[in-house]
Amino acid sequence: MPNPKRRHSKRRTSTRRAHDSLSAPSLSECPNCHERKLPHRACPHCGYYRDREVMEVAEK
Amino acid sequence: MRHRNAGYKLGRNTSHRRALLRNLVTSLVNEERVQTTVAKAKALRPWAERMITLGKNGSLHARRQAAGYLQDPAAVAKLFDQLAPRFGDRHGGYTRIIKTGFRRGDSAPLAYIEYLGSEKTQEAKKQKRADRIEKRTAAAKKAAEEMEAQGGEAAGGASES
Repeated sequence: MPNPKRRHSKRRTSTRRAHDSLSAPSLSECPNCHERKLPHRACPHCGYYRDREVMEVAEK
Repeated sequence: MRHRNAGYKLGRNTSHRRALLRNLVTSLVNEERVQTTVAKAKALRPWAERMITLGKNGSLHARRQAAGYLQDPAAVAKLFDQLAPRFGDRHGGYTRIIKTGFRRGDSAPLAYIEYLGSEKTQEAKKQKRADRIEKRTAAAKKAAEEMEAQGGEAAGGASES
């Protein structure tokens, strides 16, 4: 079986992972309820998109 | 290169995809609004608009072409009598896709696709649904009260709903 010839350093590991970071979703403000929502999507908090209600949101 | 590879395959073979899209378009004509994945909504949009074009044509040939695609004769009648006349002064762009979020389970992006001007129908459907729920809760309440009155003796006869 093939095996690694040399020890894998911590530096090598962290260098590889340098590009693995996640980025936060870019959220916009809902003009109706002022919650943060994803752009180009109906607001999950109030169900509004472009100044009118487009879906029902279950109330808690 | 994906030159000249336009369109959506949706991970299905031709007959499966055709059946899926016919089913979706029929539902859309009947309900005027359906919720599905964004990819399916985009794939069915050309067909949804083509149906309206046939409906505006109004000839017997067009009616037969629509009947050859839609899976429900009632949908064809609705398309020609109710849906198509709404779009008399409009050339294309009869549908709207609204992205709504992500499906629980597989995180698929979901969207509503609807015919423009379906707001009234949606309101009516919403009202109908509310009425039905109200009726059902009222019936359940009444049944519970009757159970209460009988003192739980006839527990076996209360499983009607």
